[in-house]
Amino acid sequence: MSRTIRGKVAVVGLGETQYYKRGQSPDAEFKLALKAIISACKDAGISPKKVDGFASFSNDRSDPSRLAAALGCDDLRFANMQWGGGGGGGSGAIANAAAAIATGMAECVIVFRALAQGQFGRFGQGPRSNTTSGAGAYTVPYGLMSPAQSFAMKVNRFMHDHGVKQEALRAISLASYHHAQNNPRAVMHGRPLDEVKYDESRWIVEPFHLFDCCLENDGAAAMLLVPAERAKDFPHKPTYILSALSGSHYRAGASAHNTPDYATSTFKTTVPRLYEMAELGPNDVQVAQVYENFTGGVLMSIVEHGFCEPDGCNEFFTKENLIAPDGKLPTNTSGGNLAECYMHGLGLNIEAVRQLRGESTNQVNGVDVSLVASGPMVTPVSSSIFGSEATL
Amino acid sequence: MDLTKPYPIATPETAPFWEGLRNEQVLLQRCDDCGTWIFYPRSNCPNCLSTRLNWHQVSGEGTLYTFTVTRQATAPHFVDEVPQLIAMIDLNEGVRLTSTLVAQETDDLKVGAKVTPVFDHVSADVTLLRYRLA
Repeated sequence: MSRTIRGKVAVVGLGETQYYKRGQSPDAEFKLALKAIISACKDAGISPKKVDGFASFSNDRSDPSRLAAALGCDDLRFANMQWGGGGGGGSGAIANAAAAIATGMAECVIVFRALAQGQFGRFGQGPRSNTTSGAGAYTVPYGLMSPAQSFAMKVNRFMHDHGVKQEALRAISLASYHHAQNNPRAVMHGRPLDEVKYDESRWIVEPFHLFDCCLENDGAAAMLLVPAERAKDFPHKPTYILSALSGSHYRAGASAHNTPDYATSTFKTTVPRLYEMAELGPNDVQVAQVYENFTGGVLMSIVEHGFCEPDGCNEFFTKENLIAPDGKLPTNTSGGNLAECYMHGLGLNIEAVRQLRGESTNQVNGVDVSLVASGPMVTPVSSSIFGSEATL
Repeated sequence: MDLTKPYPIATPETAPFWEGLRNEQVLLQRCDDCGTWIFYPRSNCPNCLSTRLNWHQVSGEGTLYTFTVTRQATAPHFVDEVPQLIAMIDLNEGVRLTSTLVAQETDDLKVGAKVTPVFDHVSADVTLLRYRLA
């Protein structure tokens, strides 16, 4: 296939700010973005002035023109926003940046996400108006407002259809918290979780306990992409994008919960294209970062990425199978959105690259293929696969 | 902050649906050209894009497609409804709508259960379509 981004783009810089609980960042959101970007450039050993493009998602407020001005960028050649809410665009923004580089539109692109909820209000909060029209008229008066509720209903139906037990969701949470205990960047570092604590935690929206829900955080993360032929000019072990794309199925975005295929993480149509572009399959993937808005989304994403049959969830989803280094599919090895930081999935992409570099705090041995599934159950969703030089 | 609950605003395309509920009737649109039943109300058929849609009274009965027991109120004005029993109902005509279940015991709620309408006149102008187990 000639029209592909496979192997044409390298990840050469990773940057993160300190991660804070929601509303606790001492820095403004824009400053967080700048800090993460400067950190990614420093990691790559280049001046931020050489950045010529920016890509983000989830309606990020840090405008590329303003970033370029603040950083003193010589030339702004690419300014891109992936449509869609939540973290569905986490890998999509990387796909867009990679496409820009592969087609010669830009040379040195930052993918970023920054958030300071003390400054701008709580992410994902339901509306506060006392009247509603449009599609909301059929949901909001019934109290259906939050992502937790919408996704709980998808997960509840999937669990019903496939006999999935609560323990499968619990295993996902336990694995994330297990990994976070080895990761000093993690907000939940030093706050271990066990079965009893999970079981006794309060219900938020059934089937989600407190520990099935993502954190809410302030912070920023950034990733620097360049053409693959330049990869070896940078200080770290070269890592490459094998595949990155976004999308969703027929009428996935139908209003008022009218999508025909409801109990899905939305990956059924994108995953075949993902593996086709990467020229590999799920058996080749050695470590996965799977976006946790809620654990149920992780479960369905892993099924729809081909790692587990829908009816095999109770056997597959055990803590032992999900933890590094020896689990069947080490998952969310930084602690992820549940226990490291909810940076809407960009942190997951950074961890995927770290696994290829051999720099994770929960390192899997000899990783050549590292996968990310971003933002399940929204539309569009996106995924990315990163590879070592050996995979090119 | 206004703590009155959010109520739907009727528009020219949706008014017959809300007016039907006030009269304790469930009205759905159906496409005259291809016969597709339609919810939510709209101007074009989602199957064939025809504009020839007309309203028909239906029983409102259906099955519980999925639900969630919300134990953390979504917003301050829903605190009195906790636990909120938010549900998706598949009507017998094949369309799906959001509702809440009127139930005493959450243990009785099962995906696939038969459900029947409850017309909740929440104000002089607004009736919401809730459901109970049939």
